[in-house]
Amino acid sequence: MANRRQFLKYSALGIGGMTIGLGACKYIDDFTEIKNNPGALNVNLTRTPTYCEICFWQCAGWVYKTKDGQIWKIVGNDDDQHSNGRFCPRGTGGVGMYNDEDRLKTPLIRTGERGEFKFREASWDEALDLVAENMKKIAAEHGPECIALLTHGSGGKFFGETLKAFGSDNIAAPSYAQCRGPREVAFTNTFGEGVGSPERIDIRDTKCLVLIGSHLGENMHNGQVQEMSAAIDKGASIITVDPRFSVAAGKSKFWLPIKPATDLALLLSWIHVIIYEDWYDKEYVEKYTYGFEFLKEHVKTMTPEWAYGKTTIQPDIIRKTAKEMVNAAPSVIIHPGRHVTWYGDDTQRMRAVAILNAILGSWGRRGGYYNPSKISVPNYPHPEYPTPTKTWRDAFPGKYNLVDETLASGICDATIPSIDRACNFKMWLVNGTNLINTLPDNAKTLRAIENLDFIAVVDTMPMEIVSYADVVLPECTYLERYDTLRVSPHRKPSIALRMPAVEPKYNTKPAWWMAKQLAEKLGIGHYIPYNTIEEMLDWQLKEAGTSLEEMQKVGVKNYERDWDDLFFTENEDVEFFTNTGKIELYSTAFAQEGFDPMPNYTEHPQPPEGFYRLNYGRAPMHTFSRTANNPNLTDLMSENVLWVNPKVASLWGLKEAQPVWLINQDGIVSTFPIKVRVTERIRWDSVYMVHGFGHNQKQLTRAYGKGASDTQLISHVMEDPIMGGTGMRGNFVSFLTEKPEEAVL
Amino acid sequence: MREEIITSGRMNDKIDPFLNIWHWEIPLYLFLGGLAAGILFFAAFYSIRGKEKEFPSAIEKAPLIVPALLIIGLISLFLDLNHKLYFWRLYTTIRLESPMSWGAWVLMIITPLSFIWAAIHLKKVYPNFKWPFPWLDIVEEFFIKYKKVLAWSMLVSALILGMYTGILLSAFNARPLWNTSILGPLFLVSGLSTGAATNILFAKTHLEKKTFSTIDLALIGIELFLIVHLFMGLLASTQVQIEAANLFLGGPYTAVFWVLVVLIGMIIPAVIEILELWKFKIPLLIPAIMVLFGGVLLRFIITFAGQTSRWLY
Amino acid sequence: MRYAMAIDTKKCVGCSDCVVACQTENNVPIGYCRDWIVEVNDGTYPQLEMEIRSERCNHCDNSPCVRCCPTGASHIVEGGIVLVTANECIGCGACISSCPYDARYPHPDGHVDKCTFCFHRVGKGQQPACVEVCPTNCMYFGDLDDPKSEVSEILKIRKYKTLIPQAGTEPQVYYLI
Ligand SMILES: Nc1nc2c(c(=O)[nH]1)N[C@H]1C(S)=C(S)[C@@H](COP(=O)(O)OP(=O)(O)OC[C@H]3O[C@@H](n4cnc5c(=O)[nH]c(N)nc54)[C@H](O)[C@@H]3O)O[C@H]1N2
Ligand SMILES: Nc1nc2c(c(=O)[nH]1)N[C@H]1C(S)=C(S)[C@@H](COP(=O)(O)OP(=O)(O)OC[C@H]3O[C@@H](n4cnc5c(=O)[nH]c(N)nc54)[C@H](O)[C@@H]3O)O[C@H]1N2
Ligand code: SF4
Ligand code: SF4
Ligand code: SF4
Ligand code: SF4
Ligand code: SF4
Ligand SMILES: [Mo]
Repeated sequence: MANRRQFLKYSALGIGGMTIGLGACKYIDDFTEIKNNPGALNVNLTRTPTYCEICFWQCAGWVYKTKDGQIWKIVGNDDDQHSNGRFCPRGTGGVGMYNDEDRLKTPLIRTGERGEFKFREASWDEALDLVAENMKKIAAEHGPECIALLTHGSGGKFFGETLKAFGSDNIAAPSYAQCRGPREVAFTNTFGEGVGSPERIDIRDTKCLVLIGSHLGENMHNGQVQEMSAAIDKGASIITVDPRFSVAAGKSKFWLPIKPATDLALLLSWIHVIIYEDWYDKEYVEKYTYGFEFLKEHVKTMTPEWAYGKTTIQPDIIRKTAKEMVNAAPSVIIHPGRHVTWYGDDTQRMRAVAILNAILGSWGRRGGYYNPSKISVPNYPHPEYPTPTKTWRDAFPGKYNLVDETLASGICDATIPSIDRACNFKMWLVNGTNLINTLPDNAKTLRAIENLDFIAVVDTMPMEIVSYADVVLPECTYLERYDTLRVSPHRKPSIALRMPAVEPKYNTKPAWWMAKQLAEKLGIGHYIPYNTIEEMLDWQLKEAGTSLEEMQKVGVKNYERDWDDLFFTENEDVEFFTNTGKIELYSTAFAQEGFDPMPNYTEHPQPPEGFYRLNYGRAPMHTFSRTANNPNLTDLMSENVLWVNPKVASLWGLKEAQPVWLINQDGIVSTFPIKVRVTERIRWDSVYMVHGFGHNQKQLTRAYGKGASDTQLISHVMEDPIMGGTGMRGNFVSFLTEKPEEAVL
Repeated sequence: MREEIITSGRMNDKIDPFLNIWHWEIPLYLFLGGLAAGILFFAAFYSIRGKEKEFPSAIEKAPLIVPALLIIGLISLFLDLNHKLYFWRLYTTIRLESPMSWGAWVLMIITPLSFIWAAIHLKKVYPNFKWPFPWLDIVEEFFIKYKKVLAWSMLVSALILGMYTGILLSAFNARPLWNTSILGPLFLVSGLSTGAATNILFAKTHLEKKTFSTIDLALIGIELFLIVHLFMGLLASTQVQIEAANLFLGGPYTAVFWVLVVLIGMIIPAVIEILELWKFKIPLLIPAIMVLFGGVLLRFIITFAGQTSRWLY
Repeated sequence: MRYAMAIDTKKCVGCSDCVVACQTENNVPIGYCRDWIVEVNDGTYPQLEMEIRSERCNHCDNSPCVRCCPTGASHIVEGGIVLVTANECIGCGACISSCPYDARYPHPDGHVDKCTFCFHRVGKGQQPACVEVCPTNCMYFGDLDDPKSEVSEILKIRKYKTLIPQAGTEPQVYYLI
C-alpha cells in the first residue's frame, strides 16, 4: 500500500517536474516581511523579586523585563536556599502562565448546569456579593462551620483568614491526605516532629541516599535535585527502590526493581539485617530511642529471605544495600518521600522508613536529617477569631486522632449527606486546587459537589473544577501580585518576597484583595485591618528587622540561626516531642489508638490476568494538572504517554505511538486515548503515565484531549486507617485498541 | 531493547523525525540545471567542432529553451529560500568551499551566455524574426563574430554546472547517502543524458536522431555503471552508509528507484534505442521522454532519500 | 581562545530546564529549540542502563555548516563560536543539511538559527543561560586554551566522548561518561 502510494507520488513528481522543465512557469511567492532576529540584546533591564508558584517548593527568584515592559525571563535568586539561583524547568517556564491566552479573564456567574462551563461575565462587586450572600445564608441555616476552604497555594492564607473570621476552621489542602500526610504522622510519632517542606534532609552532605519511590529528577523539587547532584559529585552512593527504572534509578549504584506494593517487606528486612548483624548505631539507639527490644523481637523473622518472596529482591542484594547504608551511617538518608499515599498502609510504611533512619542514627546528624530553622513573623494584629463550634472531625467520630491537618478527602466525604452526620458541608470555597484531577475517585468528588448549596472557585485557568463553580473568581498570576511572605524552615531562617512584576492582565485580581473585599461584604472587614497589602507586608517585615523597601531590592533575606543546632552535638541530651520523650521505635501513640505500634507487612492485591497496575508520577517539566496548558511547558511535553513493557506490547500487538484507551477494574474507560511508549523502563505487570494530563475542558486549548488522566482511572482508593490518606496505587487497567462505544463512557 | 528518543526540544517537523528541509524546489532546480548543462554542452561542443550543418537542432533549436529552463531553475531555487529578501547576499561574496555559492555564480555566468546563444540563433530558427531595435543587430553581430569564444565559455561553464548539481549534495558529509564522490559524475552524466534526450526530441534529421540516441545509449551505460559503483561503495563502507544503501535495497525507496529511475528511466529507453539502432522502426520520442522522466526522478529520489539518511550516535 | 562545553551525563536528569532557559533567554519562538534532550536506554528490564544528554550545536572546529554557507552568514567568531548572521542568511537550508547533529533549525522569520553558546553573555564573562540554570549543575563551560578553566579541569579528570566523531567535525561539546 505505502509502496504504491509512493510510486504514484513519485510518478506524479516526475511528470510534473518534466512538464515544468519543458515550459510552464510558476507564480512567484510574495516577498515576505522579514524581521531581523531580535536576539537577546536586552539592556537596561528592570528586575523584581518573586517566589515561584508553579509548585510548592517556592523558589525565590527574579523576574526580568525587557525595555518595553514585557516579561523576558525568570531566574533564580542566588541568595535563596530553595533555588540557589537556579530555577527548575517549570519555574523557568513560569512566564507561560502569565502569557496563556486561555486564562480566566473576568469574574463569572454560572448560567448552565454545574460542569457545563456555561457562565455569564460579571463585575467583581456582583460576583463577590453573590459569594457573601450565600455564605451568610448558609451560616444562618447551618452555621458557618458548614463552609470549607479547599486550597493549595499562596492565596489560601488570605481566604483562610476571612473564613476563620467568619467562624469556620475547615481549611484543607490536597497536599496532606493526597500527599505527605502519612509521612508527617509517621515521623511525628517517631521523632516528635514532622519532615516538613522543604524536607529537612541534608542530601548534599550525605554519603548514601536511599530513595523509595521518590523519583528525584522527574520529581523536580528543586533543592533536592540540586543536592542529589552535588552528592553524586561527592561520590555518595544512591540506592533507588522503584518498580520502574526511574531517572534516579539510572543514576544509582543500586537499583532495586521491587515488585509494586511490597516496600514494607523490604524496609522491615533491612531493619532486621541491621539489627541482627549488629550494624545499628548502638550509642544513638540507647541514648535516644524507645522500644528497641520490642523492635528487635518484632522483626526477628523478617529476614531478607522472607522479604525476597514478597519483593523479588535477592537476599544478598538486601544485605549488600543494608551494609552500604551502614557504611555511610550516620550520613545516610532513607528518603521520607513526599507523595506517599500509595497503598493505604502508608503511615506504617513511613514508620518503617523513620525507624530505619533512627537505628542508623541519621536524625539530627550531618548528611542525615537536620534541624530546620524558621523566622517567626507575626501576623498583622487583628481581633481574635470566633471559636467554631464544630469542625470537620465531628464527621468522623473516633477517627483520625493522630492527624494534625484537615483532610481534603475528608471534607469531600463529609459533604455527602449521610444519616449519622449532624451537618454536612454546604459550601466550598476552592482556591488553587483542581479537585477533579486531584482527588481520587472522581465519582465521589462529583457526588459531593452535587450536594453543595454553593461553590466558589478561585483559579487562574479554566480548569475542570472551574466548570462546577457557581461563581468563578479569576486570580491574577503570581507574576502580577503580592502575596504572603515566604517564611519557610531551612538550614538558615529566611524570608522571601513576591511582588508584582507587571500589572494584572484582564480583569483579574490577587487573592488578598478578593479575601479582603469578601470580608467587608460579610461585615467582618475589621478582621483585616490593613488597607493595602503593602501596608501589611511592610509592618510584618519591620517586625522581622527589615522593610518592604529593602525586600523589594534583595528579594530574599537570610538570617543567622539563633543557636548552632543544625545537627545534634556529640552526646547532646535531646528531648523529643513524643509521649516518651524519645525517638519511638515502638509508637506508644499508635498503641493507644489501637494501631500496630510497629509496622507489619500486609499483602496487597496484584493485578488480575489481562490487567496492569496503574503507576503514575511526575514529568520534570510539568506540575500536576496546572501546567498542562502552559505554552512554554507544553512545548517541552504536550501530552503524557503510556509506558508499556515490550513484552506486554507484543502480547497485545501494541505499536509505538499507537493510541489506546484504558479501562480500569471498575469498568471506567479513559475519556481520551493515550499513546503507547514501548519501553523497558517499566515492568511487565504495570503501566506508567505522568499525572496531570487528559484535560476534558475545551477552554484549555492546548491541553484539551492531550493524553489521559490517571485520576479518572483511580476509582479504587485504599484508605489509610491511621490518617485518612487516599492510597491511589491499587488500580489496574487494561487496553482498548478501538475507540470505545459512547455507552461505555 | 535499545531506545533512543528525543524527550524534549527540537519538535520541529523540518528536522525530525528526519530532515525535511528540501522539498520539490531543490531537486527540480538540480534537474533543470543538469538538463540545461546537457543541452548547452552539446550545442557548444558541436559548434566548436564546426558541425553547424549536421546538428542544426542541437546547436540552434534546443538551446532556445535553455534560458527558460535556467530561469525556472532559478525561480525554484528562489522559492526554496526561506529568507527571500536577502537573496542578493549570494552575490556579495564568493565562497569557494560552498557548492551553493558556486552554483549561484555559475548560473550567474551561464544564464546570460544561454540568452546570448539563444539570441544569436533566433533568426536561424525563425527566419522571419526581426529585432525591434536596430542596435540589437549590432550586438548580435558582435557575438556571432566571437561565437567560438562564446562556445568555449559555454562548454566549460556547462560542465561545471552539470558537475555542480551533483556536488551540491555530495558535499554534505552529514547525510551518508549523499556523501559519495560518485554523485557528482552521476548527476553530470545524467544531465548530459537528459540533454541528449532533449536533442532527440528536437532533432529533425535521421543523423541527428541517431547520433544523440547513440550518445544517450553510451551515457546510460555510464550511468548504470556509476549506480552499481555507488551502491558497491556504500555497501563496502560503515554501518551508516550500508543503511543509506539499504534505503534502495529493500528500504522504502527500492521500488521507486529501481522501477521508475533505473528501469523506466534508463534500461527500457536504452533497449528501445538499441532496437532502433538495429533498424526497428520505433519513434525515438518515447525513450527520450522516458530518459527525461528518469532524470527528474533521480534528483527527487536522491534528494528525498538523502534527507532520511543520517549518522547514528 | 577555544570555548567548549562539557556535560556530565552522570548528573543530567533530562529535566529540559536548559531548553526552556535557552528559549526565554534568546527569544527562541515557541515550537523551536536551540537545545534538546536525548534519552538512550539499553538493556532488558531489570538490567538497564540510561544515558541522558542535553544536546546543542557542537561549535565544531571543522564545521561543515560554515563551509557550505554560500553567503558567509554562518561564520566563526572569537573562541571558535559558530554563529549565523540573520540578515546575511538567505535561508537556503544548506547548513541545516550539512550538520550531522541537526543542530540548526529554520527560524520562522526565515533565517536559520542555532545555539550561539550565548555569545552575548560569555563575552561579558557570564555563563551561557543553559549552564547557569541547570539544576544539577552538570554543565561546564569555558576556554579550553586556558588549562585552569572549569571545562579544562573537568576534562582532565573525567572520561568523555563527543558525538559522531566519525563525521570529522571535531565537536566542542564534550559528554562526560
Ligand atoms: N516536576 C514535578 N515535580 C514535582 C511535582 C510535580 O508535579 N512535577 N510535584 C511535587 C509534589 S507535591 C510531590 S508530593 C512530589 C511527589 O514526588 P515523589 O514523592 O517522588 O512521588 P511518588 O509518587 O512517591 O513517586 C513516584 C515514583 O514511585 C514509583 N512507584 C510506584 N509504585 C511504587 C511502589 O510500589 N514502590 C516503590 N518503591 N515505588 C513505586 C513510581 O515508579 C515513580 O517512579 O513531587 C514534587 N515534585
Ligand atoms: N491521580 C493523582 N492525583 C494526585 C496526585 C497524583 O500524582 N496523581 N498527586 C497528589 C499530590 S502529591 C498533590 S500535592 C495534589 C496537588 O493537587 P493540586 O494542587 O490541586 O494540583 P493541580 O492539578 O496542579 O491544581 C492546581 C490548580 O491551581 C490553579 N492555580 C495555579 N496557579 C494559581 C494561582 O496562582 N492562583 C490560584 N487561585 N489558582 C492557581 C491551577 O489552575 C489548577 O486549577 O494532587 C494529588 N493528587
Ligand atoms: S521547584 Fe521549580 S516549580 Fe517548584 S518552586 Fe522551584 S522553580 Fe518553581
Ligand atoms: S538542565 Fe541540566 S539536568 Fe536538566 S536536562 Fe539540561 S543539562 Fe540535564
Ligand atoms: S554542530 Fe552542526 S551547526 Fe554546529 S558547528 Fe557543528 S556542524 Fe555546524
Ligand atoms: S541557510 Fe543561511 S546560514 Fe545556512 S547556509 Fe544558507 S545562507 Fe548560510
Ligand atoms: S549556550 Fe545559550 S544558545 Fe546555546 S543552548 Fe545554551 S542557552 Fe541556548
Ligand atoms: Mo504533593
